[in-house]
Amino acid sequence: MAEYSALRVLTQGITGNRGWRPAWRKAEPKPRYDAIIVGGGGHGLATAFYLAKNHKLTNIAVVERGWIGQGNVGRNQTIVRSNYLLPENHRFYEWSLKLWEGLSQELNYNVMFSQRGVLNLAHSPEQLDRFAERGNALRLAGIDAELVSREGVSRLCPGLDISPGARFPVIGGLLQKRGGTARHDAVAWGYARAADRLGVDIIENTPVTGFIKEAGKVVGVETPHGQIKAAKVGVSVAGMTSDVMRLAGVDNLPIESHLLQAFVTEPVKPLIHTVVAYGCGNMYVTQSDKGGLVFGGGLDLYNSYAQRGNLPAVHEMTEQLLALFPNVSRLKLLRSWGGIMDMSMDGSPIIDKGPLPGLYLDCGWCYGGFKATPAAGWCFAHTIANDEPHPLNAAYRLDRFKDGRTIDEAGVGPTPRLH
Amino acid sequence: MLIPCPVCGLRDVGEFTYWGDAGVKRPSHREKEAGPWVPYVYERKNLRGKHEEIWQHEHGCRQFLIATRNTETHEVLDAKLAGPFGGDE
Amino acid sequence: MAGFRTDTFGTRIDRDKPLRFTFDGKPVEAFSGDTIASALLASGRSIVARSFKYHRPRGVFAVGSEEPNALVTAGTGGETEPNVQATTRLVSDGLVVSGQNAYPSVDRDLGAINQILAPFFGAGFYYKTFMGPMKRSWMWYEPSIRAAAGMGRASLSPDPARYERANAFADLLVVGGGPAGLAAALTAGRVGARVLIADEGHVLGGAIDLDDARINGTAALDWAKEAADELDAMPNVRVLRQTAVWGYYDANVLAAFEDCSAGGLTRARHWRLQARQVVLATGSYERPIVFAGNDRPGVMLVSAALAYARRFGVMVGRQAVLFCNNDQAWLNAAALVEEGLQIAAIVDPREDLPAELTQPLEQAGARLLTGHVVLAAQGKKQVEKAVIMAADGSGETVTIECDALLVSGGTNPVINLASQAGGAPTWNADVAAFVPGTQREAWVPAGAMIGAARLGEVLKQGAVAGQASCEFLGLRCPLPSFKVDSRGGNLRASVEDGGLKPLFEVKAPAGRRFGKFDKAFVDLQHDVTAEDIRLAAREGFESPEHVKRYTTLGMANDQGKTSNVTGLAILAEAREVPMSEAGTTRFRPPFVPVPLGTLAGRARGAQMRPVRRSPLHATHAAAGAPMAASGLWMEPRAYPRPGEAAEKAALREAAHVREAVGIADISPTGKIDVAGPDAAAFLDRVYTNLFSNLTTGQTRYGVMLREDGLIFADGTALRLSKDHFLLITQAAKAERVVTHLEYLLAIAWPDLRVTVTSVTEQYAGIAVSGPKSRTLVSRIVDGRDMDNRAFPYRDVHRAAVSGLPVVVARLSSSGEDGYEIYIGADHGVFLWKRLLETGKDLGVLPYGIEATDILRIEKGYPGAAEFDGRQSLEDFGMEKILSKKKNCVGRPLALREALTSQDRLQLVGLQALEGAAVQAGAHLVKGESAEKPGESEGHITSATYSPAMKSHIALAFLRGGRERHEEVLYAADPLRGTHNRVRVVDPQFYDPDGSRSNG
Repeated sequence: MAEYSALRVLTQGITGNRGWRPAWRKAEPKPRYDAIIVGGGGHGLATAFYLAKNHKLTNIAVVERGWIGQGNVGRNQTIVRSNYLLPENHRFYEWSLKLWEGLSQELNYNVMFSQRGVLNLAHSPEQLDRFAERGNALRLAGIDAELVSREGVSRLCPGLDISPGARFPVIGGLLQKRGGTARHDAVAWGYARAADRLGVDIIENTPVTGFIKEAGKVVGVETPHGQIKAAKVGVSVAGMTSDVMRLAGVDNLPIESHLLQAFVTEPVKPLIHTVVAYGCGNMYVTQSDKGGLVFGGGLDLYNSYAQRGNLPAVHEMTEQLLALFPNVSRLKLLRSWGGIMDMSMDGSPIIDKGPLPGLYLDCGWCYGGFKATPAAGWCFAHTIANDEPHPLNAAYRLDRFKDGRTIDEAGVGPTPRLH
Repeated sequence: MLIPCPVCGLRDVGEFTYWGDAGVKRPSHREKEAGPWVPYVYERKNLRGKHEEIWQHEHGCRQFLIATRNTETHEVLDAKLAGPFGGDE
Repeated sequence: MAGFRTDTFGTRIDRDKPLRFTFDGKPVEAFSGDTIASALLASGRSIVARSFKYHRPRGVFAVGSEEPNALVTAGTGGETEPNVQATTRLVSDGLVVSGQNAYPSVDRDLGAINQILAPFFGAGFYYKTFMGPMKRSWMWYEPSIRAAAGMGRASLSPDPARYERANAFADLLVVGGGPAGLAAALTAGRVGARVLIADEGHVLGGAIDLDDARINGTAALDWAKEAADELDAMPNVRVLRQTAVWGYYDANVLAAFEDCSAGGLTRARHWRLQARQVVLATGSYERPIVFAGNDRPGVMLVSAALAYARRFGVMVGRQAVLFCNNDQAWLNAAALVEEGLQIAAIVDPREDLPAELTQPLEQAGARLLTGHVVLAAQGKKQVEKAVIMAADGSGETVTIECDALLVSGGTNPVINLASQAGGAPTWNADVAAFVPGTQREAWVPAGAMIGAARLGEVLKQGAVAGQASCEFLGLRCPLPSFKVDSRGGNLRASVEDGGLKPLFEVKAPAGRRFGKFDKAFVDLQHDVTAEDIRLAAREGFESPEHVKRYTTLGMANDQGKTSNVTGLAILAEAREVPMSEAGTTRFRPPFVPVPLGTLAGRARGAQMRPVRRSPLHATHAAAGAPMAASGLWMEPRAYPRPGEAAEKAALREAAHVREAVGIADISPTGKIDVAGPDAAAFLDRVYTNLFSNLTTGQTRYGVMLREDGLIFADGTALRLSKDHFLLITQAAKAERVVTHLEYLLAIAWPDLRVTVTSVTEQYAGIAVSGPKSRTLVSRIVDGRDMDNRAFPYRDVHRAAVSGLPVVVARLSSSGEDGYEIYIGADHGVFLWKRLLETGKDLGVLPYGIEATDILRIEKGYPGAAEFDGRQSLEDFGMEKILSKKKNCVGRPLALREALTSQDRLQLVGLQALEGAAVQAGAHLVKGESAEKPGESEGHITSATYSPAMKSHIALAFLRGGRERHEEVLYAADPLRGTHNRVRVVDPQFYDPDGSRSNG
């Protein structure tokens, strides 16, 4: 399949765009693969790509219940950052950020990774100290971070209320300049096209209805189109992890499914130039390239599989947005959506072998799934190919909860909705 | 979403705080071994559909309720008082 | 110059009230009741906006909230509102309206150069380019793409307007005030049901005025007015005009916003509407037919043209061509002729239409081109001619001059709300439209939204829906009858009866060339063409979700109200599947764009969250204390003397406490009353240490664990009597501790007879600290021996001050002799003043939260900064506090190896060497130089200059820290540019044996 390039866009434009071919094949399942990835979201497609690219395993299938990219990769706030406090997290997410920086070239698909910066606002000296603790942890680990003064915040974000009259006046912030946003759908499509070009079969509209087991080992999946056998089966189905794993006989996981709404306003000319996070709540706002303000970040706070939320969270998120940007209250909300998060018991993810022989699990991403996509695919592929974790996901074990080696970034304990 | 509080009547979800799966049983207070506590603290069935769960009417009567709710449709089928005032009605 | 104002009276305008507003600085004459769109059309303006991508000139296309083109900016300064739909916003005198997304103006927009590049700007082209030459190249391309995108420009000044949130409750909510909604509301209202009826328009009746009908002998428009009057007069009915219902949430909770800009303090109001039953009577939108050049100003929906004529007395053109595929459009054409529009030709792909449809047009001199379709619109800045060909693509084209090209491709039921509260919409082939799918909530649909076309049918469905709702509510309800005489009484409206021939797009037949035509647009605002949709399908983007995301179809401000279904039809054809298989995207809130201000209501600015103030707040303010926010609380930082900085004052206050005596307001501290026969047993279960062996009159410090064995909260329990404790806990954690205790009593141990009550706000609390505190306290406490033996450290007693009951505990967070006195909140100020007056000779001074913090750091007491939710008891060296005699919450998991290992981060003290300050947030490293700091081995949580130790000190967490005292490390703070030598020491810097507080 031909490369995407400016030249090709030009030549195709002149000839009526007749020469474009499907970005990925509509593959029919083969009876047997080296590995199957259940779930054609960002993580599943990235995993397939890195299995083929890094581990030269090309007899791979991605089995997707609907259309690829219809889960959380297509319903998130598109934010990419690596500014986590805990080493297990910032090392992993920094690798992800590094992969993001070269992803468009790697995939030959413009994922529009825009390093416009991620700014977390502080509203008290104590909070600024906590940000310093985080930022210094990052700097000592070789990751970019800087503190920004109140005036610096104002320069980065014209229109932002830095007045002392605010209910929680802004006093400064923590900035990661290399953070930013990416075009979320393009990530799924780009990985799909790149994996397909390496020979991966992407099988859409094929729900997994069961797992084939031989002598306790998982050796394939059942689908309405018949059995598909594989030496290894990876599951990467954020939002449906418990459902799918139940089909394999795994009834309990350290996960609750929670609902996260996000919101987009009508498009306006460039207004907010970085990703901004409110420090007295849980709201991130960014402006998309199309011009809409994308905001959200607070859960609906009850278990849900509904992909649609309720009004209290709508009010909460808008209040937080307007607390920062009192100039946008005349803008209009245009769209909202709900995604189902795998909220784990410590707020950190799981990439691990098991819990059954032949089975591999990638889940528990809470809010971090989108930005993790490249590294999660990289590490999950490594785990599947080598039957042992990559050093970057060694801490993301499933049995860490039993041991008490939790990775609790928020420090709120085993209450998933609070992470 | 509305929840029928047995004390206060039908109230908006915003008045309530969610506490999680009511199906996870807390081990006896006398249980000192870690083993039985691990599933209680960390493991969830995370059911799709009918789900028994604990809510507190925090911004109301402060009572705890056991609600039966469909996690796919958000339909609340039932809500009973938990705690010393719960039990048979 | 196309449109003009007729002499006939429009039903919505008041010709006695002329107004004037400006568009791009030029004055526009209007009448009260005009929308921006009707006034601009009347003024002869054809270009009102520019499109998103190609900056093509665009005119008014529709008459209501489905308008894709006519977006303008209204207002100036902080009141600037971009992306206002000109078709729904009423004009007011002096309103400043501007065109947007255009430079220098919508009439002459330089951005139109993009059209030349259009061949390269196909669907998703940006995914295929802008990737090189370097890794970060996108950062180079992106700014110009961003600048080109967006529509209007938002203000940088705060919006001065006021918004509100309100609630309304009803037995029945009727959404939509058209004929079906009116019939439903009347039916239910007349039998006494509590009814809410909401409509986005300012006048009820919906599109009833476009129907030439009489209802029960009254002209339709008058009937609607009478119906509205009757509803307004019913005490059990509330009519919400200019209220757009935009969200259907769980359990029949709906969200709406009311445009209140016509008057009053509030600009717009959010409504949370809760109803037992809902009637959805949301009507339908006329849909267009796609053909080349169909975005030229002057191309407009047929029903919109009729509405402008009837409501506003505005004729949209001098000479029109009408292109339709359905009978209703012919009736509207006849009505337009009656209003005075000259129709040059009417084009319809169907043959053999009934004479009653064709005669009025024929009599008016219109060419009847049945069996024909419009292939293209042509014209420079606005439509100038229509190119027409035979429907089967044969023969030569016919070109007819016109300045208005009116289109009707049938109607799309407005099913958004029904879809939000139900299953996927289903394709009804007989009306060639999506209709609501399964229901999830208690709603009944009625009228055009389920495909009803004739007015009689619509009214009847409304009445039946009202009746059915009443019966559900337990009200007996007669069904009103409506006798309708209508021009459309025998209207054919289905595919089966021939009233409609589905047609979504006209393409030049394969192999025939008619010359060069323009693009054919599906989504007018986002410039998504029919060819874009076919390109997406060719590239494998086959599902409606993929097409939407790849082409941006339906994602503009109008949310695809006039384009989604057409786009899906083009997709289905490209994929060669029937519409029923092509599927549709999911509808989500909001149905119409919602001003963000309404969603926040009054929770803005300083009122965004409530403020919690101590009962002593005014006293502190009067003393000139600067306040600091701590969670929701406001607390005095310090009490500076004139000209003194707060930081300096805090140091002075801390030193003063160690020398003499100070008083501090501790009212925000969490106070929890725990009472009942099992109270002691309960505390044994929730605290790691024993409380049942505490005797009445004693206090004890305790720690609560979470179920996972890590520390949850610390605090002190005061045993006031055998069955009664008062728990004192950190302010920030107080509410969580209360609910934690309530949870355990309700769920884990319902058999325990204990009540838990938050009494934080019932008491004022004052800490009296310092070597002279005993003297001071004994002066004011009535009849209680304060001697060290009679009232030893950690005792608590009920007592009185001037006869007022108090609880006095001998507790100290400063490390000095100290007391905490709790008194009824209303007497807090009295006690504070009493202490200051009585202790004048002792030198008593108030001290604030900063001095409090300095004092506790000097003592090495962990505070909020140290408890960050990741520590075990061992990390603080508090493992001994975990009683072996009993179990408690979290104990079984606290004993796991990972929580007790000695290589965890442990609390230590730090003494700064070289006298340089260290700050909380710095990390501990071994590297001597800031350039090569090495790995983090821990971090500083609290730091201060210590007046008592005469040096900078800090509390920190250090890996394996308890075994590392006396080690010298560096406090690395690359963010703030410092790298200072520190010595690891015991965290209890000051008076480690506690003789000052205990003696």
